[in-house]
Amino acid sequence: MSNPVLTVEQLGYYYGPKQALKDVSFALDAGQYYALLGPNGAGKSTLFSILCQLLQAPQGTITVNGINAARQPRQVLKQIGIVFQQPTLDLDLSVEQNLAYHASLHGLPGAVTKQRISEELARFDMSDRRQDKVRSLNGGHRRRVEIARALLHQPAILLLDEATVGLDQSTRDTMNDHLRKLCSESGITILSSTHLIDEVRPADELLVLINGQIQLQQRCADAMASLQLDSVQALYRHFHQQGER
Amino acid sequence: MYWTCFVGVLKRELLRFWQQRSRLISALVRPLLWLVVFAAGFRAALGVAIIPPYETYITYEVYIIPGLAGVIMLFNGMQSSLSMVYDREMGSMKVLLTSPMPRPFLLVSKLLAGAFISMLQVYAFFAIAWLLEVQAEPLGYLLVIPALLLTALLLGALGLLLSSFIKQLENFAGVMNFVVFPMFFLSSALYPLWKMRESSEWLYWICQFNPFTHAVELIRFALYGQFNGQAALVTGVCTLVFTSLAIWGYDPKRGMVKRKVGG
Repeated sequence: MSNPVLTVEQLGYYYGPKQALKDVSFALDAGQYYALLGPNGAGKSTLFSILCQLLQAPQGTITVNGINAARQPRQVLKQIGIVFQQPTLDLDLSVEQNLAYHASLHGLPGAVTKQRISEELARFDMSDRRQDKVRSLNGGHRRRVEIARALLHQPAILLLDEATVGLDQSTRDTMNDHLRKLCSESGITILSSTHLIDEVRPADELLVLINGQIQLQQRCADAMASLQLDSVQALYRHFHQQGER
Repeated sequence: MYWTCFVGVLKRELLRFWQQRSRLISALVRPLLWLVVFAAGFRAALGVAIIPPYETYITYEVYIIPGLAGVIMLFNGMQSSLSMVYDREMGSMKVLLTSPMPRPFLLVSKLLAGAFISMLQVYAFFAIAWLLEVQAEPLGYLLVIPALLLTALLLGALGLLLSSFIKQLENFAGVMNFVVFPMFFLSSALYPLWKMRESSEWLYWICQFNPFTHAVELIRFALYGQFNGQAALVTGVCTLVFTSLAIWGYDPKRGMVKRKVGG
């Protein structure tokens, strides 16, 4: 790959004696949508926690746009937007107040904050809910606000940690359409972890993480063709069985 | 950039406080019960001799005002600790911790914002006490600001430190039993320490080692325009130690908050 936006090399992580990530290596190109597929407990959230520096890996290196995360962690965090698996919005504050808080944590000045909030809410069709309390939003709208918030500081990479869990099928479909459009229109790279196989589309770049190890990094359609499998489910099952051995 | 971030953290805490106005009421009910009910019952039983900084005999209500101000901040510190554990369980603490600002700066900003909220509550209490004619010297209410700030930081830092140790909300009952109540009762908040010494020498020494005792004395002296150097030193040093340990606790490399995440 040329000029990857994110490079992870030989990342390892342990919880006590249990190894959660084993020599995880991959690279992500700019403007692509990557689906990180793996069962519960595969290490997806651990990987995301390390990427956004909530955890520090004892081995391996992470580079974002050529910046080493261990040496310049703050510079790296500026380039990463993240939507966590758990909802992290303040329910008693308005949509705008939640977004403004995030912008302040990234040091964005007031005028820039206002402009970016307007842009991001417009992008996710949420402009009319700007003053509403988050508590009054449904699950899908809350997720949109969280994604809008993660984009406020204009990161190069957006990490989505099972961001569609708990949403109904049609909301998930809409959200997934939005995200792919975001990649093609804004050039941002998205790494979206999921255990919901139906969310992966043949055109997606696919990373399969099982038992803390990357089993595959390839375009989903190409992987299916090379293994002569007719569905993403079959592809996933194939690697799942391999990983279990 | 740093100022924008600090203002953002402060604004969020103020908005949350405003949204949860019942917090102010519950924060005031406790000390007011002590002031109006408890003090009325104990006034006769607990005579207060002339001790510094007082230059004349004072009523028991006047004596406990600094202690009750401290109690408001003690409970607020624990409340914010509870809310940090809740935030961490709910995930919103991650939003703060994934900011590109230095983590010590973020945690100190949160501490300062919490201290500001604590001080607002204390001044609301002072105002009600004033209306009940339990009053200090007028200038004292201004001079006490640094003492209140330092105390609020001390207790906020203790809360922050505890939140880095406590893994689940359920464990918070233990904090009330093993931290809040001993700190409160083993201090000079409700009775002068010479009274405690008359009853038990070892209890007196435990009170002397309690940083909350020194925070209360710092407030007491400041309310009367006096500076208690020893109290300021102990409160300041303990604030630094608790803050440093809390920052260490939230460090992803060595942290006590390092725990298994799902997925």
